[in-house]
Amino acid sequence: MKQTQGNNGNKKFGMVINLDLCTGCGSCMVACMAENNVPFKEDETDKLDSITWMRVYKLKNGKSWPNADICYLPRPCMHCGGHGDHGHSPCVSVCPAVATDYSMATGIVSQIYTRCFGCRYCMAACPYHVRYFNWWDPVWPEGMERFLNPDVSVRMRGVVEKCSFCFHRYQLAMNKAFLEGRRVLEEDEYQSACTQACPAGAITFGDLNNPEHAVHQLVQPDPKHAGRPRNPKAFRLLERLETNPKVYYVSSRKWVRQSGDNYLKKEKQKI
Amino acid sequence: MSASEEQNSPEAEAPDEEEMDVETSEPIEPLKPEEGKNGAGATIFLFFILGFAASLIVGWVVFPKLLYSKKIQPINFNHALHVAEAAEGCESCHYFREDGSFSGVPTISHCIECHENVNGEDPEEKKFVREYVEAGKEVPWLIYAKQPASVFFSHAAHVITAKMECVACHGPIGESTETRIYEENRLTGYSRDIWGKNISGIKQHSWERMKMDDCADCHMQKATSEKESGVQQSLTRQLREMVSVAFPNVMEVKKGSSVQTEKDACFVCHK
Ligand code: HEC
Ligand code: HEC
Ligand code: HEC
Ligand code: HEC
Ligand code: HEC
Repeated sequence: MKQTQGNNGNKKFGMVINLDLCTGCGSCMVACMAENNVPFKEDETDKLDSITWMRVYKLKNGKSWPNADICYLPRPCMHCGGHGDHGHSPCVSVCPAVATDYSMATGIVSQIYTRCFGCRYCMAACPYHVRYFNWWDPVWPEGMERFLNPDVSVRMRGVVEKCSFCFHRYQLAMNKAFLEGRRVLEEDEYQSACTQACPAGAITFGDLNNPEHAVHQLVQPDPKHAGRPRNPKAFRLLERLETNPKVYYVSSRKWVRQSGDNYLKKEKQKI
Repeated sequence: MSASEEQNSPEAEAPDEEEMDVETSEPIEPLKPEEGKNGAGATIFLFFILGFAASLIVGWVVFPKLLYSKKIQPINFNHALHVAEAAEGCESCHYFREDGSFSGVPTISHCIECHENVNGEDPEEKKFVREYVEAGKEVPWLIYAKQPASVFFSHAAHVITAKMECVACHGPIGESTETRIYEENRLTGYSRDIWGKNISGIKQHSWERMKMDDCADCHMQKATSEKESGVQQSLTRQLREMVSVAFPNVMEVKKGSSVQTEKDACFVCHK
């Protein structure tokens, strides 16, 4: 599509997560679940069918003491632009129901729960495991319905859900902008719940197309290579699949950067 | 086809002759069932017509009646009277909050300044004051325009940015002297105003239906008519698309942000 070449005022919301700052506390996961009415089970010990739009993974360098090192890696939806940034992300291109869609105006991959019939092709297609299936209707503990967020619709049994970059916050912020006769948001008017909840300030959120936004300055996305980071400390997960994720990670540790993709031994030296 | 014609036709007689050849006796008997068959044909045809008519009536008249339950508003509210009384017209009750959200239907705190006590003779007013104001209860108004929970709608975008009139989407509720009947879909629980009253789907006024396609059609027109000359605007969209395929450099059809539908992305109106 032509719109992607010069970005035509289109936005490309993205996230930069500094893995050196992340302590693995899990605040982002909690904030996300509360913000987005994410359902949970009475017994959450079986993590295989738990739903966590934002999930913190633990990476180890595999060495023994004193060289052992650990890194926590928070993983929201990557909102992939797909090969060449045309919006054909892995999940969007397989959905037979048009329930998941890519927006050229914001770069966000949407999921319309009422449209989804639960075939789970998208879950199979997603290389990042960001999509979750609702095996049950949500059951909220007594009284908790009253604390659900009215700006996010709740999901039913049999549909797939995933992180939306808290898109409802964009919609609400736009309301205010419209009232004030604007059509452009300030950087701090639209921030995801996890970004604001992180006590270490490890997460940065903003428009990757806007050179004034912190996310752009942190990773310096290369427009010639569909947004590959020019900052040598920054990387994206499974970069070589060319899914073009909009979530970037920054780490000063080489082994962490190397674990972002699968490399042959001789390739590893260059990372 | 008349009965006599059929009797004379070779197909009708052929079986009788064969039977006569074999059995020789009772030559007239077989004719009787033949007559009966013709009668049955006519009856079947009649039944078909009747059944067809009946199913049309059921489909177009009875089913919609059964599908929607009729409800009356808790209080019969007179808009014309109040718009004349209120200091700032519609805005005294339907206004924008500072954060850009729309107040919607007013709470009783907006009524109390004039209805602390029963002022007039009107029995509706008495009922309103006794049952709600004095009891400190909100009136459970039924919202004709209420959209499903998964839909995001922004009054600011339409009323302030696009400068649209309330009538365009709601019809002449602002001038009405009494509340009309609210019809609720028994299956989905949605208001009938969304799918419209007219079964054939023909709209005489822009407010008669507010389904997804009605929103999307107007948004599409908006996208194609921006920054273009009058001549280009007057061409229909289909024609423009044909021209743009043949001569891509002459005319570029502006597409919506959705990669899947080329209309507005789902997350413009969904949450
Ligand atoms: C005194 C307060 C008051 C004023 C002034 C007022 N309204 Fe209302 N409005 C109400 C109340 C109460 C309701 C809910 C009852 C109903 O649906 O009629 C309502 C409902 C509506 C609805 C229906 C929403 C829905 O879908 O159910 C519309 C549309 C509306 N008003 C438009 C207007 C317009 C246009 C004006 C100005 C010309 C106006 N109102 C002025 C109090 C007011
Ligand atoms: C600006 C003052 C004012 C406000 C605010 C106001 N009303 Fe009234 N209302 C009147 C007047 C004046 C009448 C007509 C005389 C009477 O019966 O008291 C009236 C009449 C009525 C009646 C009886 C007539 C009819 O059928 O509508 C009802 C019911 C009513 N109001 C409801 C409301 C509700 C509900 C609100 C709040 C959304 C409201 N009013 C806000 C001034 C007001
Ligand atoms: C573009 C179409 C459109 C226009 C213009 C519009 N509305 Fe609405 N209105 C809607 C829709 C759609 C809803 C239902 C929103 C929902 O359910 O989320 C609604 C809901 C409402 C409600 C009920 C809200 C609630 O839930 O309490 C009121 C009252 C209302 N509108 C009044 C107005 C008034 C007054 C104006 C003019 C200033 C106006 N509307 C202009 C489409 C429109
Ligand atoms: C008669 C035309 C019309 C109809 C009908 C209409 N809209 Fe709109 N809508 C507009 C226009 C014009 C704008 C653009 C505001 C702007 O300039 O960005 C808009 C903007 C919006 C926006 C804000 C988009 C943004 O950029 O954030 C939303 C959300 C929206 N419409 C939802 C709806 C929904 C839901 C419906 C159906 C219930 C609907 N609209 C029906 C004309 C319409
Ligand atoms: C212009 C605004 C708009 C856009 C863009 C839009 N929708 Fe809708 N959608 C609506 C409205 C309004 C309704 C509710 C009325 C109806 O049922 O038609 C709705 C209803 C639906 C429903 C039925 C929901 C229910 O509870 O009955 C589904 C499913 C749906 N939309 C899917 C989508 C998908 C998938 C996309 C993107 C390809 C999309 N929509 C884009 C406005 C929109």
